[in-house]
Amino acid sequence: MTFTPDTEKKLQDIWSRYPEGRKRSAVIPMLMYAQDELGLVTSELVAEVAQRCEVTPLQVEEVVGYYSMLNKQRMGKHHVQVCTNIACLLMGGEALWQHATKRLGIGHKQVTADGLISLEEVECAGACSWAPCVVDGYEYHHHVTIEKLDQLIDSIQKVH
Amino acid sequence: MFNEPHPDEVRIISRRFGLPNSASIDTYLAHEGYVALMKAIEMSPEQIIDELKISNLRGRGGAGFPTGLKWSFIPRDNPKPKYVVVNADESEPGTCKDRLLIQNDPHQLIEGCIIAARTIGCKKGYIYIRGEYRYLIDIMDKALAEAYAHGYLGKNIKGSGLDFDLYTHTGAGAYECGEESALLESLEGKRGVPRIRPPFPAVSGLYTSPTVLNNVETFCAVPAVLRMGGQAYADIGTPKNGGTRMLCVSGHVNRPGVYEVPLGFPMQKMIYDVCGGILNGKQLKGVIPGGSSSPVLKADECDFPMDYDNYARMKTMAGSGGMMVMDENTDIVKVALRTMRFYAHESCGWCIPCREGTSWLRKILTRMDEGTGRRADIDLIHELAKNMLGRTFCPLGDAAAMPTIGFIEKFREEFEARLRETTMIATTPDQLISIS
Repeated sequence: MTFTPDTEKKLQDIWSRYPEGRKRSAVIPMLMYAQDELGLVTSELVAEVAQRCEVTPLQVEEVVGYYSMLNKQRMGKHHVQVCTNIACLLMGGEALWQHATKRLGIGHKQVTADGLISLEEVECAGACSWAPCVVDGYEYHHHVTIEKLDQLIDSIQKVH
Repeated sequence: MFNEPHPDEVRIISRRFGLPNSASIDTYLAHEGYVALMKAIEMSPEQIIDELKISNLRGRGGAGFPTGLKWSFIPRDNPKPKYVVVNADESEPGTCKDRLLIQNDPHQLIEGCIIAARTIGCKKGYIYIRGEYRYLIDIMDKALAEAYAHGYLGKNIKGSGLDFDLYTHTGAGAYECGEESALLESLEGKRGVPRIRPPFPAVSGLYTSPTVLNNVETFCAVPAVLRMGGQAYADIGTPKNGGTRMLCVSGHVNRPGVYEVPLGFPMQKMIYDVCGGILNGKQLKGVIPGGSSSPVLKADECDFPMDYDNYARMKTMAGSGGMMVMDENTDIVKVALRTMRFYAHESCGWCIPCREGTSWLRKILTRMDEGTGRRADIDLIHELAKNMLGRTFCPLGDAAAMPTIGFIEKFREEFEARLRETTMIATTPDQLISIS
């Protein structure tokens, strides 16, 4: 499997961090960075990571099935995650989630028809003191209101 | 920096927050950076451990285990390689301090790790950062590169003969991996399920080697302990509870934020002075004091000096320092349900009492919240949660059960009100008609 030079460099760098005979440790980081490029975890990627880390494809599959950030379905170009855990719930996170689902017409881990935006109701994202929070990909947005959420969605839709 | 500092804070590990370019090594070096490491190089491992024991530094991740004691358990004559592992998988609901520590002062964490490596004689370390914090991984990688370039990492650190390599490792979204043994499984490239203990990580951790595993904040406090001296650090806190800790206040307060205060700081003062009181002038209903796993406190219980022992006396725990403040209008049933939805989602499924307990509690709390609960459900929730306690490999089962028991015992009337609200009144049935 070939990746862009940047991703390839990253994967090799990750691989080099673990002692000889312990390359299995690289499985999760490799999947995460490769997924960023591919948009999902494909069976081809599973085979590739298995081969590089000297484990069986099944050992990689069981990891993919466990971690919530590894997706076997393609998510939207912008994966918008709304936190509704306690701190965000207290500050209106649930209303944000309801608003996002209504406006986009999609639910948890679903993608809009144009493939642009996917939604996920996530567990605590670690922004409790600046709640409620919405994470777009890896980008944090704090003190989000319904207006701010609308602006975020508008700006995503405008660019594409 | 996300919130304004408060004059009542005692800023030791957050003292560089807000400085221009605070994450860079130049700023760090200009503000007593790596001074403690140079001191540690001159000290013997026993002296470092003694200093940590005197400091009364206790683990900031949740359990509050004395750090010096933990490090002293590492068998230094063991021929296996030893490892330092940082738990930066911050995911306890209510907690957002490690994020600030890495973002604003990554070198402080690196220095703490090198001192740990010096103490136990280790050559490799990993910082396990939760996957969602990708931007922090980038900040950390940059800081690590700077430390290598300045000779604080790599071979023969500052001519001391000490070799140490430190790397970041990304998680991929799993609360369970914040538990030490599950974190080690995850770091080895497996599903994050806990290991049975003993043996503890100090004896058999990463790759079955002796491992020092601490929370970000604990490692960050280590340079301060060596720089100030253990006794001076201990004097800031209360007996057996040395130093300061980062408290993350969220929920219904006027000035939520992360504040560094001495152990033993009064909770009333925290809520009403530092955080400016309850939002919109409302009354306090209760506080979840140390992350979602800690049992709730009612308003009249929220007046005690916040150190590990006093939390325990209040039958709750200091946990990870995530204080979630709830005003009088907060719906406790909803909070209890949201808490349980979280644990049911995050239970790794390894131990049956946790896997089944959390999902049944979620179902029963859902029908409570929807108004279709039965009177017997309240006792059932209580009983079920009690039966989970102490019956799992890792503390996730307890973490789900303890707050649930707390909600039922302290706010039973709210659960009962939920029943009354929805009592169905049978209407008179329509007259039967007869078709001739």
